[in-house]
Amino acid sequence: MVRILPTIIVPFKQIVDIKEIKVDPSTQTPITVGIPRKISDVDKNALEEAIKIKEKHGGKVIAITMGPSEAKTALREALAMGADEAYLLSDPIFENSDTLATARVLAKAIEKLGGFDLIICGEMTLDGLSAQVGPRLAELLDIPQITYVRKVTIDGNKVIAEKDLEEEYETVEAQMPVLLTVTREINEPRIPSLRDIMKASRKGITTWTASDLGISKEEVGAEGSAVQILKVTVPKVERKGVIVKAETIEEAAEELVKMILKEGVLRG
Amino acid sequence: MGSNEFKGVMVFSEDFEIILELLSIGRELADKLQTALSAALIGYNVSEEYGQELIKHGADKVYIVDNSLLEQFNVEPYADVLLKLVNDYKPEIILIGATKRGKELAPRLATKLNAGCMTECSKLDIDDEGRLVANRLVYGGSSVAVGIFRTKPQIVTVPPHLFEKLEPSDRTGEIVKINVEVKEPRTRVVERKKKEVVGVRLEEAPIIIAGGRGLKSKEDFKLLEELAKVLGGQVGCTRPIAADYGWFTNWIGISGVKIKPKLYIAVGISGAIQHTAGIMDSKIIVAINKDEEAPIFKAADYGIVGDLYKVVPALTEAFKKLLK
Repeated sequence: MVRILPTIIVPFKQIVDIKEIKVDPSTQTPITVGIPRKISDVDKNALEEAIKIKEKHGGKVIAITMGPSEAKTALREALAMGADEAYLLSDPIFENSDTLATARVLAKAIEKLGGFDLIICGEMTLDGLSAQVGPRLAELLDIPQITYVRKVTIDGNKVIAEKDLEEEYETVEAQMPVLLTVTREINEPRIPSLRDIMKASRKGITTWTASDLGISKEEVGAEGSAVQILKVTVPKVERKGVIVKAETIEEAAEELVKMILKEGVLRG
Repeated sequence: MGSNEFKGVMVFSEDFEIILELLSIGRELADKLQTALSAALIGYNVSEEYGQELIKHGADKVYIVDNSLLEQFNVEPYADVLLKLVNDYKPEIILIGATKRGKELAPRLATKLNAGCMTECSKLDIDDEGRLVANRLVYGGSSVAVGIFRTKPQIVTVPPHLFEKLEPSDRTGEIVKINVEVKEPRTRVVERKKKEVVGVRLEEAPIIIAGGRGLKSKEDFKLLEELAKVLGGQVGCTRPIAADYGWFTNWIGISGVKIKPKLYIAVGISGAIQHTAGIMDSKIIVAINKDEEAPIFKAADYGIVGDLYKVVPALTEAFKKLLK
């Protein structure tokens, strides 16, 4: 059996903490500036899976993210979890990139890193919900993809992954290199210990700008994007928010049923 | 490459029923643009009757690509086939069904074409300048983004069952058989395991009672079933119940099924944004949770704070008594 020490790349995203987003009542738009940021939930599962594979098979884990310099905190966290190297792809011209432009930047960085065996992404980030960057990256790098993976095994040079589809599980095999997108059910991401965090703080983070990657302004940002977002609004939730209270549960239940019946949503 | 050479609307899904649904919104967009609507039918031993069926449901043209390597969906060969169709026929809009397979296909195809893509669009329209305008959820489902494309073709994925297929008519159209060289795929399916089918399709159910992590075992869902029986409703669940525990096939929420019942009763569900975004089109939402701080109450019309193991049976009894 061929034994390889896999190089695993995890491109991830630091996003605003969705739960903390406030709404500007005058415009009904979400306020995302000044909101705490964190590694997107499922991206953390991607990091965890890469680290688990490394712990079992050896090799190394490289964490990369595109974002402002604040994203270094997220890279520190990835290093504390167990990533070996961390790269920040940061340049003002990257701002407002759509999935196409983002994938371009990530692909350039991955090419610059040299060889790899696996790329692991989350199935989607919670902010954009687009589930596009993984497949786009696989296409740009001309490698196969296996998406919605909830279980993965490495056997020599082969990846065996179980996909969670709507009505079935599909087990798929491919030769490395391959790109996986994983679901949040694949693992429980570890919480780094204080010691891990201390150790990680001594590791370096490499920053690459557009010129380091040989990327021109026409390829990225709003200019290099194919999709333009015109506006983002928060739909007004108009719910009654009535909490039914009574002496006993039975009475509360009857009260609630009467209210539901009045709404006329039952029968016909 | 001038973008004016792109013309027409093309739809594709690996699921025949979803192609029919896409033809309905596709027809609307094509009519607004005064252009033709085509459908791609990809598979092995594809009968022309299926093509006729698509024409009856709104297609002007059906491209059939038939090859033994296309018998089962595989993202790379399917993307190659669609690339060939797009390069040959240059549609300005491509609608793809947002199944998980469709969602991994669309961005791969878009990248081959250097094109933009918007996934899971809940609303599609043509603006005064003839541009496609698409609405989609962002920020966990709490916000709606409206976007346009700066280049063509414009690729979007559309959630299954969002649009109803058109009534079949006796309209005519053209069926074109196309040969495409298909490469042996680089991934191989070694096993397919059907999920044990639990629950029914919830997209169109008028009454839904769903359980979350407040329920301690699979058996406890019987409480919900009893209530559902009295109401003539269906039972559903949140993501952990289906994806972690496997008690149901699919789940309600932004990453699963989006529902629009007249009555939705959330039992033991805390109400994370990813869940509430999937229920916001419900007419009346009722929440039962022991934690009065649970966010689900903010998304609900009515609620009872209490132990679900006591409240749900009491509710079932109350409905039995009052639904005469």
